[in-house]
Amino acid sequence: MSDVSVSVKNLDLNFGSVEVLKDLNLDIHHGEFLVLLGPSGCGKSTLLNCLAGLLDVSGGQIHISGKNVTWSEPKDRGIGMVFQSYALYPQMTVRGNLEFGLKNQKLPKDEIEKRVARAADILQIQELLNRKPAALSGGQRQRVAIGRALVRDVDVFLFDEPLSNLDAKLRSELRVELKRLHNQLANTMIYVTHDQIEALTLADRIAIMRGGYIQQLADPMTVYNKPSNLFVAGFIGSPAMSMIDGEIQNGGTSFSFKGHSVTLSGYEANGEVHDGKAILGVRPEHVSIESTAQAGKTLEATLDIIEPLGSNTLLWFNVDGVIISALVPSELSYKSGQTYHLGLDISKASLFDAASEQRL
Amino acid sequence: MTDATVNFDGPHGPKPKPIFSGRNIFIYGTLAIVSAYYLLPLYIMIITSLKDMDQIRGGNAFELPIGPDFEAWVKAWSSACTGLNCDGLSRGFWNSFQILVPSVVISILIASVNGYALANWPFRWSNIFFTILIFGAFIPYQVMIYPIVIILRELGLYTKLTGLVMVHSIFGMPILTLLFRNYFTSVPEELFKAARVDGAGFWGIYFKIMVPMSLPIFVVAIILQVTGIWNDFLFGVIYTKAENYPMTVQLNNIVNSVQGTKEYNVNMAATILTGLVPLVVYFISGKLFVRGIAAGAVKG
Ligand SMILES: Nc1ncnc2c1ncn2[C@@H]1O[C@H](COP(=O)(O)OP(=O)(O)OP(=O)(O)O)[C@@H](O)[C@H]1O
Ligand SMILES: [Mg+2]
Repeated sequence: MSDVSVSVKNLDLNFGSVEVLKDLNLDIHHGEFLVLLGPSGCGKSTLLNCLAGLLDVSGGQIHISGKNVTWSEPKDRGIGMVFQSYALYPQMTVRGNLEFGLKNQKLPKDEIEKRVARAADILQIQELLNRKPAALSGGQRQRVAIGRALVRDVDVFLFDEPLSNLDAKLRSELRVELKRLHNQLANTMIYVTHDQIEALTLADRIAIMRGGYIQQLADPMTVYNKPSNLFVAGFIGSPAMSMIDGEIQNGGTSFSFKGHSVTLSGYEANGEVHDGKAILGVRPEHVSIESTAQAGKTLEATLDIIEPLGSNTLLWFNVDGVIISALVPSELSYKSGQTYHLGLDISKASLFDAASEQRL
Repeated sequence: MTDATVNFDGPHGPKPKPIFSGRNIFIYGTLAIVSAYYLLPLYIMIITSLKDMDQIRGGNAFELPIGPDFEAWVKAWSSACTGLNCDGLSRGFWNSFQILVPSVVISILIASVNGYALANWPFRWSNIFFTILIFGAFIPYQVMIYPIVIILRELGLYTKLTGLVMVHSIFGMPILTLLFRNYFTSVPEELFKAARVDGAGFWGIYFKIMVPMSLPIFVVAIILQVTGIWNDFLFGVIYTKAENYPMTVQLNNIVNSVQGTKEYNVNMAATILTGLVPLVVYFISGKLFVRGIAAGAVKG
């Protein structure tokens, strides 16, 4: 019990007649970095706003640090929040921005100064304290916004796509900094993004959302290697997983499509695998190019398109109309139009039931 | 750099157009005629106000004043007679002033809080409330004149300045509320959320976040209200009595007083004096307005 920092129970949220969150349950541990990941409009921000108390829930409960805060004011929930648009108060200096919440709490002057100095020190924004937000760069503004959450001295930080307004280079810098900050402070952090790189690099656990439901809640490697359903498999990973429609045959021992067949030996199934329609998902890095054909192991494929990605090259193959991509080191050279033998690493592939789209 | 030699002989680029091109003559000619059309009456008002009656009787309205004198202005301000009293426009000026300041302050204070509440703190019936308020802007106010007389009489405010202040404040409410609501809705929502997380309440956010960001819209509201209230004639006549008449009514009474000869110079001076306040407001706030917009445009 004491290990749970934020707990969401049966949360519902409607905007008028539109149900955005439906019976959502989520437990987040102390010091955990949880990332909410999902396509646009799936309810990530809505969930975060509910946790912050900026939206009134339609049903269910929210507990933070052991207290039921379902109906508490945002300021009383022990949270700090960082927004995508920074949301700095434009007419105040950076110091004013940092102090604003503390003054509202009526903290003594020296305490305020101490906390501002500490936050400024951690985030390296001491020289900016007397500037107005308009005179800061995007990265500096976001640092100040993080500082504003930091000075509140709270257990839980909420981030709503804090890096998505920054350019790519700055984003990766701040990402590293956020990770360091998390190691240093050991607060609970809940972080919304639709950038999967951010999710995979930052998260202790990722909650993948779609249409108001959590599809999978697991650590990054599990989400990546063992996606729990077809949606998660397609959403995570770039370049994306190749999906092959086919059928499981021979008592669950082989997968066949378009007259081709691969053996399923080595696949770690969740339970028993029965014959029937299914979808085989293979990530491009688990497709190899073999020199010789092996029955049940390799597929005859024509190389369609070659995409150099720098360190790797992405090859798009065509197996009788089924598209399979492979990621190979860029030193090797291939010719489009030629035929190759593709080897699929079944032990790292994913099988989904065609009807329920759940992992088998 | 062999193939990129620059050809220096002769001018390049399109030929500059002559200043007296047909197009320029047409544009500036039109502008000159239109401005003359608007400025001519003002010119006649000013020179007439600086003439003495002998010269005016001379009959040439366009003639410059001989030895301009400001006697008419002094008279218009301090001793021109209406049918009832002979202390010029000064009485009307102070009345208007006493009506203007509280009306502007009260209406803007209330309307800005209204607009803020409607924009940022939606409550159960807030949209209906807003619709009703806006609807108020479209009711012709002739319909309300008599009911308001009765209300003011019942409140004991009929013919008093306080009553008129109340009427002006209420009549300004719909349009000002609309103005402020629309402005506050355009303030990024995340700013408001951040302030709530920081523990600011309704008034804290209003005074510390919203108002400092909203100088331009306050200036717009002030311009609207000052000119509207200062230029009001109808409510002034109806809801006050002789010693409380605002400047516009006083002006009318001076210009239309039937005793003696028409003193055109005094009338002209009085008219300009009455128009001076809105004019000054335009000039000052025009500058503030631009500065306000420039300051407000900075994204945080
Ligand atoms: N105030 C509102 N009124 C009605 N519907 C809303 C409101 N706010 C959000 N929604 C709807 O709720 C759903 C979830 O929105 P939300 O902002 O949580 O998405 P999101 O996952 O944060 O997306 P993004 O990645 O684009 O930020 C969307 O379909 C949106 O249209
Ligand atoms: Mg969002």
